[in-house]
Amino acid sequence: MGNDALSADTSTALADVDYPAIQQSPEFQTLRRTHRGFVFPVLAACLVWYFAYVLLASYAHDFMSTPVFGSINIAMLLGLAQVVTTFAVTTWYVHFANKRLDPLATEIREGIEADAAAASETEGANR
Amino acid sequence: MTQIQTHTHLAAEAAAASPGEPWLNITIFGAFVAITLIIVFRASRNNKTASDYYAAGRSFTGGQNGAAIAGDYLSAASFLGIVGAIAVTGYDGFLYSIGFLVAWLVALLLVAELLRNTGRFTMADVLSFRLKQRPVRIAAATTTLVVCFFYLLAQMAGAGGLVSLLLGIGDKLGQAVVITVVGALMILYVLIGGMKGTTWVQIIKAGLLIAGAAVMTVWVLAINGFSFSTLLDNAVATAGNPAILDPGLKYGVSEVAKLDFLSLGLALVLGTAALPHVLMRFYTVPTAKEARKSVVWAIWLIGIFYVFTLVLGYGAAALIGPEAIAAAPGGANSAAPLLAFELGGPVLLGLIAAIAFATILAVVAGLTITAAASFAHDIYASVVKKGKPAPGAEVKVARRTVVVIGIIAIIGGIGANGQNVAFLVALAFAVAASANLPTIVYSLFWKRFTTQGALWSMYGGLGSAIVLIALSPVVSGTPTSMIPGADFDIVPLSNPGIISIPLAFFLGWLGTVLDKGTEDPLKQSEMEVRSLTGVGAEKAVQH
Repeated sequence: MGNDALSADTSTALADVDYPAIQQSPEFQTLRRTHRGFVFPVLAACLVWYFAYVLLASYAHDFMSTPVFGSINIAMLLGLAQVVTTFAVTTWYVHFANKRLDPLATEIREGIEADAAAASETEGANR
Repeated sequence: MTQIQTHTHLAAEAAAASPGEPWLNITIFGAFVAITLIIVFRASRNNKTASDYYAAGRSFTGGQNGAAIAGDYLSAASFLGIVGAIAVTGYDGFLYSIGFLVAWLVALLLVAELLRNTGRFTMADVLSFRLKQRPVRIAAATTTLVVCFFYLLAQMAGAGGLVSLLLGIGDKLGQAVVITVVGALMILYVLIGGMKGTTWVQIIKAGLLIAGAAVMTVWVLAINGFSFSTLLDNAVATAGNPAILDPGLKYGVSEVAKLDFLSLGLALVLGTAALPHVLMRFYTVPTAKEARKSVVWAIWLIGIFYVFTLVLGYGAAALIGPEAIAAAPGGANSAAPLLAFELGGPVLLGLIAAIAFATILAVVAGLTITAAASFAHDIYASVVKKGKPAPGAEVKVARRTVVVIGIIAIIGGIGANGQNVAFLVALAFAVAASANLPTIVYSLFWKRFTTQGALWSMYGGLGSAIVLIALSPVVSGTPTSMIPGADFDIVPLSNPGIISIPLAFFLGWLGTVLDKGTEDPLKQSEMEVRSLTGVGAEKAVQH
């Protein structure tokens, strides 16, 4: 078995797929829009929140040093809040991807694979 | 209070020689090596094809791969470096943890699944998908090798410090011998086990590391009446400095230091999703959905671990004291092992030391296989042999590269003995974020992106990051520099991220806009459809 045997199998079966047509199809455009509509704003918000924290840690020492519970200060709490929001966004994205992205992607993928299988069968019959 | 201080002195005295029993440390570490080697031998039976060797036949589950990612990511920098940084510089050390963790959101949301759907073995597979193969592959392989080299240097430097502390080997020659043994072991793992063996070593190590850190965390909290606030009070009392609870002890001293800190923050948060050895792990699972699951597992494991490091760092500050730690052999990197000795005596020290060694071994193995895959797959098979290597030749080249990289790592590790490892890793992150991230993001999300943009961004980002580091206080001008005698530190920043990352994004845009040619629109359509739907993605190998 050569190094490229594996990919050869999958790519020949899908060699004739008309990718530009699929890319233009409304189903794919919906998937693309749903994906970008989630990941871009959510990631941007997370980065803004992270840099707000970094800037506060650099330039607002007095504020960050304010004790809240005993010796635990705002800096500790904001740091732990970063951990909590990271966990929360992760869970949110997984939920979104399972419910909204995966069904759309699966439908398009199965459509393409069914077409490709049908095409290679007719090719075989013509020979 | 007096009791704690007596303890501090005892620990400091013990540390000056070697705490614990060197033979015990060696025995526990030897047991780890023996067990993992057996597993690696068993896992390596099916290492025939490139898919097996580089991507473990894509047969790992999301949970397994997530643990392996955590094992790969929680390097000596996270364990020894961050605990040490918190113990010595207080809150500023914790800022590393936050950056290292939040960075995973970039990997989860933008990169992991799309990369799994479009690539096969390496980062270059994705970057060259719709651009001109030869130049883009060469550029991507170059940046991969450089990032892996920086990261390797950090791990091997950590090994040196650990050795001096644990085995009581003070002289440089003795340490060099041990670094050589660690390097030789790593070569053996990767040579025999390939990605499958490496992955198992990382999974076992992640389990041990997180369990060890959890035990120590609970122990430290128990000593302090399960009150984090009391722990902080004790840390302040031992350190004699209330400022260790506030940000700014290390990075608040001047305007340049503040800027340096921003630069570090940028590099940390954008570096992870561009680390070649992390990206390569996404190819070891069968589907994009499993890639997503692996990131989720990794985020939970890594996040929980970093919360532990906060407790461990302040615990080390409270029970041993920043001054004693800084004075111990191995410096700040020795905080975690010293804390283990303080808590559980020689046995716990031996266990934690073995885990730390295992950590270095597993991460170095992951880096080595990534660098070897990049050289054999991108340079040898795709560029030299134009995509048609003789059957089996690519894996043979990869194995030879492993040996060469192992030797380079050993020599580099002997040379870089002594720097704080978290800091060295931060430089690797800065180089990765500058050289790789813009091209990854543009090629996945920007239709118009061209080969010229990719080349300008990758070489511009890589070059500027390295030049800035070379002209920084890291290399020369201060007593802690690599070359303390020389003085050419023109750039005051010790992390280049804040300049080189935006520059690389800008160059990618400029190179594209000024490019008169365009890329094949068919390839762009194919890449976009494949990346989002998973059509034609590489399947798991059936044995």
